[in-house]
Amino acid sequence: MNFLLKRMKKIEPLFEKGGRLEKLRSVYDGFATFLFVPDKVTTKGSHIRDYMDMKRTMTVVILALMPALLFGAYNIGLQHTRAFGIIDWTLMQMFWFGFLKILPLIIVSYVVGLGIEFIAAQIRGHEINEGYLVTGMLIPLIMPVDVPLWMVALSVAFAVIIGKEIFGGTGMNILNPALTARAFLFFSYPGWMTGDKVWIEGLTKGGGLDGFSGATPLALAKLDGFAQMPSPMEMFIGTIPGSVGETSVVAILIGALVLLVTGVGSWRIMLSMTLGGLGMGLLLNLTGGNEYTQIPAYYHLIMGGFAFGTVFMATDPVSAAQTSTGKYIYGALAGIMVVIIRVFNPAYPEGTMLAILLMNVFAPLIDHYVVQANIRRRLKRVQTA
Amino acid sequence: MENLEKEPLWTAKTKKLLTNPLGMENPITVQVLGICSALAVTVKMKPAIVMAISVTVVVALSNLIIALMRKSIPGRIRIIVQLVVIAALVIIVDQFLKAFAFDVSKQLSVFVGLIITNCIIMGRLEAFAMANKPWPSFLDGVGNGAGYGLILIIVSFFREFLGSGSIMGFPVMEKLGLYNFGYEDNGFMILPPMALITVGLIIWFQRSRNKSLIENK
Repeated sequence: MNFLLKRMKKIEPLFEKGGRLEKLRSVYDGFATFLFVPDKVTTKGSHIRDYMDMKRTMTVVILALMPALLFGAYNIGLQHTRAFGIIDWTLMQMFWFGFLKILPLIIVSYVVGLGIEFIAAQIRGHEINEGYLVTGMLIPLIMPVDVPLWMVALSVAFAVIIGKEIFGGTGMNILNPALTARAFLFFSYPGWMTGDKVWIEGLTKGGGLDGFSGATPLALAKLDGFAQMPSPMEMFIGTIPGSVGETSVVAILIGALVLLVTGVGSWRIMLSMTLGGLGMGLLLNLTGGNEYTQIPAYYHLIMGGFAFGTVFMATDPVSAAQTSTGKYIYGALAGIMVVIIRVFNPAYPEGTMLAILLMNVFAPLIDHYVVQANIRRRLKRVQTA
Repeated sequence: MENLEKEPLWTAKTKKLLTNPLGMENPITVQVLGICSALAVTVKMKPAIVMAISVTVVVALSNLIIALMRKSIPGRIRIIVQLVVIAALVIIVDQFLKAFAFDVSKQLSVFVGLIITNCIIMGRLEAFAMANKPWPSFLDGVGNGAGYGLILIIVSFFREFLGSGSIMGFPVMEKLGLYNFGYEDNGFMILPPMALITVGLIIWFQRSRNKSLIENK
């Protein structure tokens, strides 16, 4: 490490103002702070600089995503064996098969996304933002495994440019970039984002077992195919078809634990969103309407992307509400919206993505009213005293 | 009294009336008017071109008529007079399209009738025709109609090319054989949000070239 540090220090003057590679300053900064703890000190006033900077935060989230990623790899292999009637694969074989399928998604996501971020940072003379490290990992995890890579590249470019850079880069975006990428694909190429083939590797090219359906539990629920839905236990563990990282509630809960213990993810949002979804589900159970309203409320929490969205998407510190009260409102409304979209909208089997994006848009409004209410309350106290 | 000296028909000033709305004073990208129809009719190029011509005709002729009448219109009821003129012209255009271009007229459906509510037309009447002579007003109308049409055609080109893989109904992507390589048309381009984003990108492009258009905060 010492060797590396000396090297980095040695080439630093090149990037200083007036140095030969001045234009690439942000690239140098990006790499240097990635490798080492930033040695910046404040020169005026008594500000405390914490080592818990954005890079550290992002690293924790990546760590929290690992269980979902690893299980996703295993599940791709497992679903493949089920669809093609393979019976003699070992666990390691399944995992390796799935891993090799995810790897291109991850590489494309990072290369395209980071490429655009680097270029944007050079043009604007910004520091390179670490925001994309997490987004780049989230995007492969919310894609169907069989989605063509050029589509992933296109959606990443759209999300980073239109969803983020236009608003001023990391920290300024209104919408969650990863969900923006998914929404873009969902509306652009619906054939690759829905249906009963894309969720399982190889099925789109044909050749699966006769009569095998790779439909997700959500799609089955939409078609009133309740009888064929997997058992709650299966949905909880995650051995079901679905987007790469979203199927296993167990793996996501481990990630949630990491986020909560380190204080990176907001427990208020996670709690209120879960309660919102559960409450809306229970309400629908009572009122009835169509058959979909009658499936047990807790199913909503373990089906589809609800768990993943709650833990990793809704808690995005940039696009979520910022005030504590606002977080409760934001989370609860997001949970309620997920269930409403799932049950009542015939076109969209999954509501998590759209519900969270919708609440992203409303988050500043919620914050505004929470702050205003607080100001009013305190004004009253002053005036009556 | 107004001075009765004759001005030549073509001067630098009158030429500007025609060219300014194409760029620096574009009704869509700079004044941000007429966005609604720009989102609605730009899925394919053909309806967009017909719409552009229709709006140009209506805004030019109504500018001319209002400019002719501008001194006899009582100030308090001027809006309703303007609307009567616009509505009459829109009905003529609508009937004309139904008679001679029925297919396109069907695709445009209500949006031909909705030209009446296009803010560009009312805006030009209020801002220009009420205070200027007929000839400059007519040119201003043609210029603004063309500025609107230009953006419409650019947006519809990208939406049809990327969303349906064709240009003016000619299947370019299919002829190029791109579908065999796994290329697919982008369904999002056909939806209105993408039209808004396309207009936004054009505004971005224009402002990055003309820094003077960027508002001071």
